[in-house]
Amino acid sequence: GTKVSIKPERPLSKEEATARSVSVDLNNDASLLIDIPDALCERDKVKFTVHTKTTLSSFQKPDFSVPRQHEDFIWLHDALVETEDYAGLIIPPAPPKPDFESPREKMHKLGEGEATMTKEEYTKMKQELEAEYLAVFKKTVQVHEVFLQRLSSHPILSKDRNFQIFLEYDQDLSVRRKNAKETFGSFFKNMVKSADEVIISGIKEVDDFFEQEKTFLLDYSSKIKDSTARAEKMTRSHKNVADDYIHISATLNSLSVDDNTKVEGRVASDEELKLTELLRYYMLDIQAAKDLLYRRARALADYENSNKALDKARLKSKDITQAEEHQQQCLQKFDKLSESGKRELTSFKGRRVVAFRKNLIEMAELEIKHAKNNMALLQGCIELLKSN
Amino acid sequence: MAASSRRNPPPLPGAENQDPLSEMAGEDSDEGEDIFVGNSNPVAEAFQPDTANGEEPADLFSEAETSTAVNSSITTSKSNGVHSDNENDLFAEVSVELSMENPSTTAKSSGAEFTPSLTLSATQPESMEQLEEEKDEDSFDMEVAVTNPEKIGDGMNAYMAYKVSTRTTLPMFRNRTFSVWRRFSDFLGLYEKLSVKHSLNGCIIPPPPEKSVVGMTKVKVGKDDSSSADFVERRRAALERYLQRVVCHPSLLQDPDVREFLERDELPRAVGTHTLSGAGFLKMINRASDAVSKMTIKISDSDAWFDNKLQEVESEELQLRKLHAVVDSLVNHRKELCGNTAVFAKSMAMLGNSEDNTALSRALSQLAEVEDKMETLHQEQAASDFFILAELLADYIRLLGAVRGCFEQRMKTWQRWQEAQSTLQKKREVEAKLLWANKPDKLQQAKEEITEWEGKVTQYERDFDRISVTVRKEFLRFEKQKSKDFKSQIVKYLESLLQSQQRHVKFWEAFLPEAKAIA
Repeated sequence: GTKVSIKPERPLSKEEATARSVSVDLNNDASLLIDIPDALCERDKVKFTVHTKTTLSSFQKPDFSVPRQHEDFIWLHDALVETEDYAGLIIPPAPPKPDFESPREKMHKLGEGEATMTKEEYTKMKQELEAEYLAVFKKTVQVHEVFLQRLSSHPILSKDRNFQIFLEYDQDLSVRRKNAKETFGSFFKNMVKSADEVIISGIKEVDDFFEQEKTFLLDYSSKIKDSTARAEKMTRSHKNVADDYIHISATLNSLSVDDNTKVEGRVASDEELKLTELLRYYMLDIQAAKDLLYRRARALADYENSNKALDKARLKSKDITQAEEHQQQCLQKFDKLSESGKRELTSFKGRRVVAFRKNLIEMAELEIKHAKNNMALLQGCIELLKSN
Repeated sequence: MAASSRRNPPPLPGAENQDPLSEMAGEDSDEGEDIFVGNSNPVAEAFQPDTANGEEPADLFSEAETSTAVNSSITTSKSNGVHSDNENDLFAEVSVELSMENPSTTAKSSGAEFTPSLTLSATQPESMEQLEEEKDEDSFDMEVAVTNPEKIGDGMNAYMAYKVSTRTTLPMFRNRTFSVWRRFSDFLGLYEKLSVKHSLNGCIIPPPPEKSVVGMTKVKVGKDDSSSADFVERRRAALERYLQRVVCHPSLLQDPDVREFLERDELPRAVGTHTLSGAGFLKMINRASDAVSKMTIKISDSDAWFDNKLQEVESEELQLRKLHAVVDSLVNHRKELCGNTAVFAKSMAMLGNSEDNTALSRALSQLAEVEDKMETLHQEQAASDFFILAELLADYIRLLGAVRGCFEQRMKTWQRWQEAQSTLQKKREVEAKLLWANKPDKLQQAKEEITEWEGKVTQYERDFDRISVTVRKEFLRFEKQKSKDFKSQIVKYLESLLQSQQRHVKFWEAFLPEAKAIA
């Protein structure tokens, strides 16, 4: 297995850290600053160093770091999802599992084909693959970081006890994780997945805001899923083209066309980072928003059921008080969810627009920058050849 | 001298050779805008084979300078059909070199190349005047173009006719500009005629483009889609390059068959050209080379040059095949990228429609449009990849085959000479025996045979020397031509990439304000 370690040459400024991420308005609050300055990759496992700087008294130290694995993040996410109190919140989507399948497979193929290519070609391909590996690695660090930063910038979630444990607990979390699994189980998750669309679309909506949101989110969700998939396919094709240029330049070893490969390859990986990641991130986020709608819809269903139960109780003249209490509870829960849900969805909308803006601008600027670089390189090559 | 290296036949057996070519021949290159524009100059340099033998580059250039001189002697003589090329022996060539030293340097300094350059512009039907975009000086002042493909007839008897236009100031032609109509089999017929006459001399005869049953059937059947148009364009361009190479060749240009091909209004239909498919051609070459390599040859040390060059050619051919495979892969991947980009653009448009924030919605729609434009760019680039790079490589793979053929022809000549020598030896032994046995009438016959074979030996030796000179000269000319060709095509390719990137910049710069306008 390869050990890859990423450390920025110097500590990143806040601007740079924000620039790295898909989301915006994160990590602005000095009372709780989180980042992942460094990560280690061993075989399949990635070990993230989660670094916290805080002025809050709820933490034991003002500045500390802990090692965490991907599974720890999932544990945290699930714990939050399953917390009743947060039913009215959009829980930031869990970071996807680090996926080194693609570069690893390519590396394997490269090893097999080593005999058929020149040393130079092999070295170049290896370099490209290492760059790809690094890109995947950076990406996964980023999404894990953003997840934590979303939490730390949320007024309610940042105060979550599990969150604090995650940040602070200096022992291995895996023991805790196992316990948690036994308590909550995964049955809730499955329920959510299967009933989702049906419940949301079936419920009779009383509130215009939510009616609109529902329509919008359902539609947008499927569109963005589609876009994400297409974007991935497109950037993969682009990568293939870049790989071909490596082979070509290796064979045309005396000419300086080989510079093209670096540039084409880089364009592909930057595009990957910007556009695809943007889409993928919001695809997940929208799913989280839909989950909120689902919970609210379920609360509404509960409320309606409780109404029916109360009517039945009144008819039978039995357990009326109980039924009334239950109905009140359901109503309260529903109202609470609605109120908080509205807040969350509105801010989500704003966040989304801002994030798209930032990323689209950056992507366009990158495209321009790379194209101009390419042009300079090409012009240089052409002049060189012509002058001979 | 590494005679053992020659014992190995060219690495690729006949069957294997067919693959890249038959695959090219039958290829249905799908999309295709007719964007083959710009100059196609078989003129340039800088491509160097894998320099395992370090001394090669130096050799090539020193030889190149002298070959420039030799070429100039032939071209500037403006011969009127009488071409004494074959009569040069080694010493005549040397003296020519020495005397021409100065002109060669001055000519070189003008930046022009000595071998005639043939320039060509767009494929669209154009008058000959527009074909005059010359970049370099012409020694020959001879330009040919193949244009205006037209389908004649219907159904399975239909064929494509191409307009062959010539512009020249050479006195051997009746007019200065003229055109004729030719079909594909005419080109093949020309090749066959030239091959019969000149290949025994060691000339490198440019191979014609391959036949393609699949491609032509589509055209005949009247399939009016882009793949047919693509096929026709590809063939037209290939025929043009072929013809340009033929007229570029000083000896071939003098051949009356070439003149007839260019000038004569009605050409008798060429027969027997069915044997000359690309695969067939290569098979022929490889059979010859197999036969040759089976001989155990050890020629004198002065032959090291030929041996080295043949090795170079063989390794270069390998490289080019490899490169061609990768370029093919590039073309396919880029086409894939095209498709994926188009699909993505549509998906973005849908997303933009879904989006409820107005400014963001507009930006996403704009993004979809940009991606659509990207798709066009990719498509054009794929065509560039193909027409500029892939075809160049394919051409040279075939040309290198022809070069190998020349070398092998020389070997055959040598062998014939050796065999004659050994026959002569045997005859002398017979004579000696007869002398001793004292049989006067048989002796007379033996003496006659000896004289006959002495004559043959001298003849064959002279043949061998002559062909060696020719092959050497041809090879140097070829190398020079190849260098120019590669350089010019690669420059063209880079320029197409450059153009693409410029448009890239434009599109994204137009998009940027839209993105910034999101609120």
